Amino acid sequence: MRFAVDFRSLINRDNNIAQLIVMTVVIFIVMAALSPDKFLRYYNFESITYIFPELGLLSIAMMIAMLTGGIDLSVVGIANLSGIMAGVFFHAVLKDAGVEGGVMVVGLGVVLALSVGAVAGALNGFLITRFRITPILATLGTGQVFVGLALVLTGGPAIVGFPETWAFIGNGKILGVAVPFVLFLLIAGLMTFVLSRTTLGVNLMLIGSNPRAAVFAGIQKSRMIFYSYMMTGVLASAAGIILSGRTNAAKSDYGTSYLLQAVLIAVLGGTNPAGGRGTVIGVGIAVVALMLLSSGFQILRFSNHLIDFIWGAFLLLVIALNAYKNRAR
Amino acid sequence: MSEAFIELRNIGKRFSGVHALDDVSLTINKGEIHCLAGENGSGKSTLIKVIAGVYQPDAGEILIDGKTVRHLTPIESVRHAIQVIYQDFSLFGNLTVAENLALNTALRAKRKTVNWRAVHALAREALDRLGVEIDLTAELETLPTSGKQLVAIARALMSDARLIIMDEPTTALTGKEVETLFRIVRDIQARGIAVLFVSHKMREMLDISERLTVIRNGRKVVEGPTSDFDEGAVIRHMTGQDIVAEPYRWSPPDGAAPAPRLEVRGLSRPGHYDDLSMTIGPGEIVGLSGLLGSGRTELALALFGMQPPAAGTILIDGRPVTLGSVRDAIDAGVAYVPEDRLSEGLFLTQSIKRNILVTSLDAMSRWTVLDLAQGDRMARETVAAMQIATPTPEKIAGELSGGNQQRVVLGRWLLTNAKVLILNGPTVGVDVGSKAEIHQKIRELALSRGLGVLMISDDVLELAQNCNRVVLMHRGRFVDEWDGDAASERVISETLKTLT
Repeated sequence: MRFAVDFRSLINRDNNIAQLIVMTVVIFIVMAALSPDKFLRYYNFESITYIFPELGLLSIAMMIAMLTGGIDLSVVGIANLSGIMAGVFFHAVLKDAGVEGGVMVVGLGVVLALSVGAVAGALNGFLITRFRITPILATLGTGQVFVGLALVLTGGPAIVGFPETWAFIGNGKILGVAVPFVLFLLIAGLMTFVLSRTTLGVNLMLIGSNPRAAVFAGIQKSRMIFYSYMMTGVLASAAGIILSGRTNAAKSDYGTSYLLQAVLIAVLGGTNPAGGRGTVIGVGIAVVALMLLSSGFQILRFSNHLIDFIWGAFLLLVIALNAYKNRAR
Repeated sequence: MSEAFIELRNIGKRFSGVHALDDVSLTINKGEIHCLAGENGSGKSTLIKVIAGVYQPDAGEILIDGKTVRHLTPIESVRHAIQVIYQDFSLFGNLTVAENLALNTALRAKRKTVNWRAVHALAREALDRLGVEIDLTAELETLPTSGKQLVAIARALMSDARLIIMDEPTTALTGKEVETLFRIVRDIQARGIAVLFVSHKMREMLDISERLTVIRNGRKVVEGPTSDFDEGAVIRHMTGQDIVAEPYRWSPPDGAAPAPRLEVRGLSRPGHYDDLSMTIGPGEIVGLSGLLGSGRTELALALFGMQPPAAGTILIDGRPVTLGSVRDAIDAGVAYVPEDRLSEGLFLTQSIKRNILVTSLDAMSRWTVLDLAQGDRMARETVAAMQIATPTPEKIAGELSGGNQQRVVLGRWLLTNAKVLILNGPTVGVDVGSKAEIHQKIRELALSRGLGVLMISDDVLELAQNCNRVVLMHRGRFVDEWDGDAASERVISETLKTLT
């Protein structure tokens, strides 16, 4: 009896997770039924484990910005700029100085790329907390600045010719599992820990839930929000590393359709865009659901334009449903 | 007996299972001044909103002019010439007086363009009806509270109201302003307009009204001509308590006097408060009374590090402290329970546990990693110590009753080593039963932990009963102080009335 009660409260609390899992399974079954020979191939799922981590990281980044009721529209810009900075760095040391592309150099490249994310995120956080610019406007502006910087650095075309080890991050396998997937699981696990087990994570939830009460309870609101945008920036640059590793190239306008999808996945994953609620696991399941859907669309030969339209419409639908659910409560 | 304008019969209204109103009947006759009395949380506001059409009752019926009104919506209510003046007046602060007055009429006439000459003429006429002088071109925000209220009344009169409901109209008014308001209310009545005066201030209600209805915990307790009641009877009906709670008394401990928990010397912030000095000893509960805008909230915010003073010293346990941020204040041992529980105190969508632990996250963590087991224990202990009625600390705070929510906000300060506790409106919106229990809790905390408590409240009775000393603040200064038995509700209320 006691068990039954506890079980029900568990389901209720993670109602959203349960719904997401059901949705994912339904998508899977529908796609498998529509095109069993193509959709159910091992290759299809393997390629998903390579492609979804970059989008997954961007979505987690978006979710973290949303926890305090903000948003980060510059994540794709940060991701590309990070990849490009690493590329420029490799060109400088490898081609011009003639150093071998060893693990050390690639390690430095990773550190550089993540630092770009941290600095870019810090700029966002600074504009939002110090100058009190609305997050949507601040990050729209900085996003443009990052794209502009990337264009200046590359002159327009993609930077190619990353070292082998860098490509391993985006294409390699560890024990038969895609490296990006392994990285995603590690980072997702780390972020789960940060959000639920550290003062920063709990503070962000509380700030998002009631910013004014947070101040009255002694939470250092501005500092915490600043950190959250830095974290968002670093996650975006990690996505940028995987993206440039997978494609062996970095360009100022890669993955622009990721922005809308990251917002969609964050919201679909149960994040409240007004702040105070969001989980890594929710976002993780949502990104898998969306990826299955996307690969299904491609197998069914939907045009890319139509797919963009579907994502947009889907986002509106999810937000409307959530708003309706919240009002009913 | 005169004819009824509106009749509410056996009205019931539930919110998520809780009876806000239960079988309440109320009759307001044409052109009478009727008082609706009740404590905070008694259901007064819900009843007003039923009349205004904001809430649909779950049970009972509403008759206007003797005819049943099936589905009273806000617009229907206005069409029946019912106007409500809420505490916040629902005016537009960024518009001028004239615009505020004329907009409704213009909107109703479905005009898309503005004829400024007509706007001013309309507004002038409205104010003339009240017989008051207000600059029509002034921005509303620049008016004092009493001025805003007059504009709100004038606006209500413009729509040929037959019933004007005033929700706690005297809260922010000085004694003189209350007199002016009463003159205007009688004037309105003389024109055959009924007034429903909603209040919890005894003397005012007995002064102005002809009939009185008292509600308590969502039920009507009594109704009748005001002349049948005296003050004691109304209090008894409102609180349901025959015995007045034992007043809180405090005397300095024998022997060497300890340093006061809180001492303030010459605290000033231009435009808000000036040269304030006071001490609060360990175990003392000092009441701070004053009208809205007297500077009392600003003083509280200064002590909590949110609005640092321009001059003066703050000492805690005899040591001077600089309170430049909320962090500083908490570290120095100041705890603050804010004025507005919902917007400033609680994280409604978060668990009780998080609401309690919010002040102790740093204390229960190492290298920012939280010790969840310790947090669990601290939350459980606080829930037990504050007697918060919940099966588990994981419950969402928004699902608690007002009284329990206030315990959560109070409880979070048990964990911070507080020395000074500032309470701003500690029992606003709390039902009568919980109120007494919260008062008891505050007394216990003051005594057992030797807290210095500063209690700010509009509720003079609350201060008189629970404070060993009451200070009166007006226009940024301490103007009066009563100690022990001298701090009676009557004396404080009378003095409040004489403020100008």
